[in-house]
Amino acid sequence: MRLTQGAFSFLPDFTDDEIRAQIDYALAQGWACSVEYTTDPHPRNSYWEMWGAPMFDLKDAAGVMYELNACRKACPGQYIKVNAFDSTHGFETMRLSFIVDRPANEPGFDLVRHEGAGRTVQYTLHSYAANQPEGERY
Amino acid sequence: MDMKAEANAETPASIDLQSLIRETDVGEVLARLDAELVGLAPVKTRIREIAAFLVVERARRQMGLGASPPSLHMCFTGNPGTGKTTVALRMAEILHRLGYVRKANLVTVTRDDLVGQYIGHTAPKTKEVLKRAMGGVLFIDEAYYLYRPENERDYGQEAIEILLQVMENQRDDLVVILAGYRDRMDTFFSSNPGMSSRIAHHIDFPDFSADELYAIAELMLGQMDYVLDPGAIDALAEYIALRRVEPHFANARSIRNALDRARLRQANRIFFEHPVATRDTLQTLVAADIRASRLFAKSRAARHILERMALGVANADGAPDEWLCP
Repeated sequence: MRLTQGAFSFLPDFTDDEIRAQIDYALAQGWACSVEYTTDPHPRNSYWEMWGAPMFDLKDAAGVMYELNACRKACPGQYIKVNAFDSTHGFETMRLSFIVDRPANEPGFDLVRHEGAGRTVQYTLHSYAANQPEGERY
Repeated sequence: MDMKAEANAETPASIDLQSLIRETDVGEVLARLDAELVGLAPVKTRIREIAAFLVVERARRQMGLGASPPSLHMCFTGNPGTGKTTVALRMAEILHRLGYVRKANLVTVTRDDLVGQYIGHTAPKTKEVLKRAMGGVLFIDEAYYLYRPENERDYGQEAIEILLQVMENQRDDLVVILAGYRDRMDTFFSSNPGMSSRIAHHIDFPDFSADELYAIAELMLGQMDYVLDPGAIDALAEYIALRRVEPHFANARSIRNALDRARLRQANRIFFEHPVATRDTLQTLVAADIRASRLFAKSRAARHILERMALGVANADGAPDEWLCP
């Protein structure tokens, strides 16, 4: 099951040139890019591991691509995303975030029904990948 | 074989290099370089060669001939004040116009910006600088400070290694320009042979001649909206002749400092002589503004002592102290 989080996730995977073009757009807006990775694709997992600090004062996508490639080498077959942070007063938040790398095989999610008091049912998601300990997931 | 014939059919039979040059408006950049920088013939020649090379490379690509991106890392060596930094600042724009770098972006750094203060601090610091410079030009001023042979635990070596790695692997993302005084850069390269071989262009900045220094002075004055009166023109020419043989002479930088001092004296003179200043008095430097320099007093004193020595009434020690110190 294909993970659809962040921008462009319903499109086919980006090529490196397309990723570079998106990063260039973000840099042209004055946003600072960062690279993050994870093995836990749960939609409520907001805190992915940071690959280095966000990169401020960049003028060209090459710097982000350099870190992205380093991250790909160190974490092959994991989810990797690129974030673009807008530090303008009033925004001070992510303006763009998209997944650039994903595992070859994404097992998807289990819908867990939890029956509570008075036969009320609470629904939650559980990633099949998370059944394995970290490091053996993909 | 068929595919090759097809590829040939699609490429043009000939390419007008002149129109390629017009497209990139390199001509205008080179003309401006000629107009705004005095002298520096070897530097301008090399920049023209690089420009021609990049245009030819572009033509080759259009013809379907093999074109690997050339290595454009450079090293500028020369005495103080010969224009190394000035040219490096221009280089980003020139290479951008030529389409070699994607951004006309220049990051100027020195040792402090690359080398960390404790173990593990240097690599991230150097990488951050490199990432900021990617797509443009990284200018490392006084590059020989990176390597300190007297301290074997110095972190400069680590910065050099990362620099070398990126210079080699990200060649199409980054142009590195090193600058420094000639003798110190020679020592730097002899202890880092890898660095020397990765830099394709070693450009030596010659010292300026007296005429070139005068032209530079005129250019600087023009930019600052000052004019010289006829007396001041002679005084300045004499001043340059005297200043050139001084120790610690720093070419164009010395000239700029001399002009700044002349402006101070002019301001002082105007203040006392002209209660009402006209445009003319405000922009004119007169001979007295320049001749008040210590150098003239010194040469007068030297002449005086030489005369006295000729008469046998003084020896070389008879000189007053003040004109012995630089």
